[in-house]
Amino acid sequence: MAWFKRSKENISTDTRKDVPDGMWVKCDECGEMIHKKQWEANMYVCPKCNYHFRIGSEEYFSILFDEGTFKEMDKKIRSVDPLKFTDSKPYDKRIEETMKKTNLYDAIRTGTGELHKIPVVICCMDFKFIGGSMGSVLGEKIARAIDRCLKTGSPFMIISASGGARMMEGGISLMQLAKTSSRLAKLAEEKIPYISVITDPTTGGASASYAMLGDLNIAEPNALIGFAGPRVIKQATGKDLPKGFQRSEFLLEHGFLDLIVDRRDMKDRLGIILKHLLHKTNA
Amino acid sequence: MVLEFEKPLVELEQKIEEMRKMADTLDISAEINKLEVKINELRKNIFENLTPWQIVQLARHPERPYTLDYIYLMTENFVELHGDRQYRDDKAVVGGFASIGDHSVMIIGQQKGRDTKSNLYRNFGMMNPDGYRKALRLMKLAEKFNKPVITFLDTPGAYPGIEAEERGQAEAIARNILEMSRLKVPIIVVIIGEGASGGALGIGVGDRVLMLKYCWYSVISPESCSSILWRSWDFKEQAAEALKLTAPDLLKIGIIDRIIEEPFGGAHRNHEEAASILKKAIIEELELMSKVKKDKLLDNRIKKFQDMGFWKE
Ligand SMILES: [Zn+2]
Repeated sequence: MAWFKRSKENISTDTRKDVPDGMWVKCDECGEMIHKKQWEANMYVCPKCNYHFRIGSEEYFSILFDEGTFKEMDKKIRSVDPLKFTDSKPYDKRIEETMKKTNLYDAIRTGTGELHKIPVVICCMDFKFIGGSMGSVLGEKIARAIDRCLKTGSPFMIISASGGARMMEGGISLMQLAKTSSRLAKLAEEKIPYISVITDPTTGGASASYAMLGDLNIAEPNALIGFAGPRVIKQATGKDLPKGFQRSEFLLEHGFLDLIVDRRDMKDRLGIILKHLLHKTNA
Repeated sequence: MVLEFEKPLVELEQKIEEMRKMADTLDISAEINKLEVKINELRKNIFENLTPWQIVQLARHPERPYTLDYIYLMTENFVELHGDRQYRDDKAVVGGFASIGDHSVMIIGQQKGRDTKSNLYRNFGMMNPDGYRKALRLMKLAEKFNKPVITFLDTPGAYPGIEAEERGQAEAIARNILEMSRLKVPIIVVIIGEGASGGALGIGVGDRVLMLKYCWYSVISPESCSSILWRSWDFKEQAAEALKLTAPDLLKIGIIDRIIEEPFGGAHRNHEEAASILKKAIIEELELMSKVKKDKLLDNRIKKFQDMGFWKE
């Protein structure tokens, strides 16, 4: 649950904030001023240093799905407040406000569509919705998306961006790890492909469940991926963290990713991979 | 160690002990009886009104029975098995074959230490990826030889270390959760102390989830929750309250299936009694599970977790 503390990195979750007069975006990494048109055409990647800006489901869906094919599923499932949880504000109020601010119903959207003409079901998380935290809504939407794949045989993908489980749902949010993973076990039993696409940042509960369970685990470059957040590890061990610790390249080196793919190549690479996975003639 | 709210109780108990010594020479049995009644009332009063934070403290009591205590007190023929066959033997988790009643089972549990030295050896019950892989190896062994699995949860969390991340803490926990959801033998999970987050759930997916009365189980510890949501360590009591992490609360929302009574005053007051209550419950559960048809077992387990959550549309 690192989403409250890492305020510096959180800045980039709301991309609009970085556009001073609506036309220019400043790269968080190298400071380059990028024209908004160029930035969008470059899939929100800095042309100078390759920094992958944090983007949300709207952007990923438009990057990955063939134009006009996306149909959103279960759009309006939304949170209730089962524990009547209150910290600085009541959970149901926090949800209301976040919905208004982000124009989203929760931290994940799911839908069907085509990727290079291959029918797929894709779930995509939105980090800007309470730090991409996983609660009941996320668990249910993923479960239903998987059910759709079980019915149609379509390959399945989850694009992760999450600070972990949603504390305001207590133990119920923890159970979403079991809910989603056990559903993935079903999918695996039917030999339906599941590709996990991991983006910056993916820590805590998401990484300790579906994000790490892909037939292929693919990450964008330099994404923070781990179980415990860097600050917690530093505090617990009193040690300095090695350079590049918990970044995509570090995970690839240690054997937990199949590959790292630049966002601008993502759709084409996924298309090739899906064709391999679905190819049946010489089995 | 005596917790703050246990103090009045312990003082009275010491007093009655002193009086019993004097009873050889003086006739004070009436006074002793009176004091015993008073103690029972006080204990009832304290333990029926525990706050969630007090329950968290009981769950962490350093004299509470740990996994190996339960194993020694309630099983026979325990054969401890070590290692993940890949890298090392994680001492924060123990496991092996054991007989309980007429059943031969695989028992796996997180293990804390009782003093500084043993706590360092056990890493305070915080598992590394190797521990989750060791646990999974033992579960697969149980599956192969058709043995029920019993897991004991007692951890302040998965270890947040540099090497733990290098060796894939997230992947190890995720893998266990998935594999436990489709393990073809019954799994009985028992929360015997602290059930902290993914670190606990990494050995905590099962057909039946039991919880001792004075334990906590949640997505995060009250202290960490306080530091993140209240931005201060001082709101742990409120966080403990808000997280609904006690056994009765978790039973209400369907996260656990059964509450196991503890001896009067908590399991730390009487290890033998705590173990004998738990043993009886586990045998009952094993009998129940043995009646479930194999093909129903996994469907029921998956459905159990599918049903967890609250939403509207
Ligand atoms: Zn840049």
